[in-house]
Amino acid sequence: MSDLMKVSSNPHVRSKVTTSSIMLAVVIALLPAAGFGIYNFGLDALILIVVTVATTVCTEYAYGKLMNRKTTIGDYSAVVTGLLLALNLPSSAPWWIGVIGGVFAILVVKMLFGGLGQNFMNPALAARCFLLVSFTSIMTNFDCDTYTGATPLAALKSGEGVDILKMVVGRTSGTIGETSMIAIVIGACFLVLLGVIDLRIPGSYIVTFVLFLCLFGGHGVDVAFISAHLAGGGLMLGAFFMATDYVTRPITKAGQYVFGILLGILTGIFRIFGPSAEGVSYAIIIGNLLVPLIEKATLPKAFGFKGGKRA
Amino acid sequence: MAKLTFVGGIHPFDGKDMSKDKPIKEVLPKGDLVYPLSQHIGAPATPIVAKGDHVLTGQKIAEASGFVSAPIYATVSGTVKAIEPRRVVTGDNVMSIVVENDGLYGEVLYSGVNSLDDLTREQIINRVKEAGVVGMGGAGFPTFIKLSPKEPEKIEYIIANCAECEPYLTSDYRRILEEPEKLVEGLKIMLHLFPGAQGILAVEDNKPDCIELLKKLTKEDARISVKALKTKYPQGAERQIIYATTGRSINSTMLPADAGCIVDNVDTIVAIYHAVMLGKPLMYRIVTVTGDAIADPRNFIVRIGTNYHELVEEAGGFKEPPVKIVSGGPMMGFGIFDLDVPTTKTASALLCMTQDDVSRMEPGPCINCGKCVEVCPGRVVPRRLADYAEHYNEEAFLAENGMECCECGCCSFVCPAKRPLTQTIKSMRKMQLAKRKKK
Repeated sequence: MSDLMKVSSNPHVRSKVTTSSIMLAVVIALLPAAGFGIYNFGLDALILIVVTVATTVCTEYAYGKLMNRKTTIGDYSAVVTGLLLALNLPSSAPWWIGVIGGVFAILVVKMLFGGLGQNFMNPALAARCFLLVSFTSIMTNFDCDTYTGATPLAALKSGEGVDILKMVVGRTSGTIGETSMIAIVIGACFLVLLGVIDLRIPGSYIVTFVLFLCLFGGHGVDVAFISAHLAGGGLMLGAFFMATDYVTRPITKAGQYVFGILLGILTGIFRIFGPSAEGVSYAIIIGNLLVPLIEKATLPKAFGFKGGKRA
Repeated sequence: MAKLTFVGGIHPFDGKDMSKDKPIKEVLPKGDLVYPLSQHIGAPATPIVAKGDHVLTGQKIAEASGFVSAPIYATVSGTVKAIEPRRVVTGDNVMSIVVENDGLYGEVLYSGVNSLDDLTREQIINRVKEAGVVGMGGAGFPTFIKLSPKEPEKIEYIIANCAECEPYLTSDYRRILEEPEKLVEGLKIMLHLFPGAQGILAVEDNKPDCIELLKKLTKEDARISVKALKTKYPQGAERQIIYATTGRSINSTMLPADAGCIVDNVDTIVAIYHAVMLGKPLMYRIVTVTGDAIADPRNFIVRIGTNYHELVEEAGGFKEPPVKIVSGGPMMGFGIFDLDVPTTKTASALLCMTQDDVSRMEPGPCINCGKCVEVCPGRVVPRRLADYAEHYNEEAFLAENGMECCECGCCSFVCPAKRPLTQTIKSMRKMQLAKRKKK
């Protein structure tokens, strides 16, 4: 009987892309932003990144051990969460902020809800928001060795002038990974080329946000104002790396456009009318909560049914 | 002009290079021939021979029973050894007629015709029916039923499915290269039945030589056109090929005839030609024997009933021990645990692989990446359907069009978490179909 072959239902072949290969691609795509953050903010940034990533990975490993489950750190998703969270912290934050944030992201937001694929919010963003409300002064203190004073976005909000070129390159204050538009876009291009993400969400998000600025920004169609808003704050990092998080965005194509548009409007409202200069994080986690609804409302028409294209 | 295609689909490794340049070779069976009575969709055929009877090549040994059914013919001369259950590719034991080959190949006389004009419409369709011609692309639906739709005047397109989108398969490719006239003549017979229809030879653009050849052969005929389709799996699926060539879309509850189309596969159309012009029943089919475990991958013309062991032998045996053997292509074929099964009317290939992706890659949790949605040609959401199927949530499964899945396997192929999406959805569909039947 040892000659019997393996049997299974069709199909009998699988693509080479795996969950870990996708997560690894995201990690690689975040490296330009992380690298620039370290160059921009120095050793503090490096330490914070290392501590946060180590925390998320260790938390996931410990949780698996404690629950007698097979460890899941091999899929690199904890590394992505840790890295994203670190890039969303100010470099001046003490190391234990990374630890608390990392534990919260993995333990509370991800593992308690069932682990990979089951969390209803982006763990990194949820942790950032948790830290923002719990340690507001630390999380909004962007003074460091290189920079003092307001972030470009805060300056913009209070009506001061900003240097757009510096913002695009990233030589400004802010969180570790958000300052350089160029570094983020390089990483995003890598993901788009690999087919890991597509432009449905980032595209509709950014376009809607720009339209919102033109209509309600109070400056009309002011290129300088709009560019400053695009390059400043967490918009680019959020649009390309966090709004596109698979688990917490709608799976339907139409739903992804709706999601992007919703994020654009929410970010606009928070940035223009809210008390704080920033709004991307809150916009995305609110959007995350609406995902089940959006998905349900945007289920595609099956092939061959009336109303479908060329039916 | 934009390439003719559909939305969704995948580009798996196609493996066709292994066997595509090997001419079709005939296999003479040495051992017993096994004819399962159920090699088609519909009622199993009824044996009309008994144990001990002597049969000739081309002699009818089982009669169609009921409307949706097909007769079966002996493909060698010899003695009926037994009528007993034998295992087939799906793993089932199916009542089969076993014929001991006498090696003489004594053949019955066939009554061919010189011209189609000698036959009435009914006679043509009857010849197809009597010859036991069924869809040889894999479905095994009796062809005469396709040729007799309720409203024949509404048929506008006869589509010859020459896509061969399944990876590794080169049987249709070789058939087109070696006997294109038979394909074209077969298509002309179908067009003769439907005077208002246009013939389309739909070929994937990875076979430019076939496209050239068919274009050359049909350039005189205003009713036949050759269309190049984008190479993509499942371009040759019935609903997808109709959409690609005519822009019409049908759902699972409709028939191609509802869109004014009849779709038949290359080998089926050649069988129609044999049946109508030569009076020959369906006895042969082309089988690609391939895979990295096979010493000399190639294409064979095989007498139906031939044991798979003999095909492997003809292809030089195994150069490496196979881990997985698939009857058919890797996307929609059947995994078999043992080679001791017969070639049937619907067996297009025998694929022997030295590694098995399915057991090698362990399924993980869904990360909601949406790749299954991107590739689904049925435009449903496999992720959600598989979820409903796992929890036996019938209501949601049906509400979100679970029955529209064509089981092409694209979602399972792309899933980075290696989840068995197609398989899960398929089981649920099977249960629902069984339920419908009961009602």
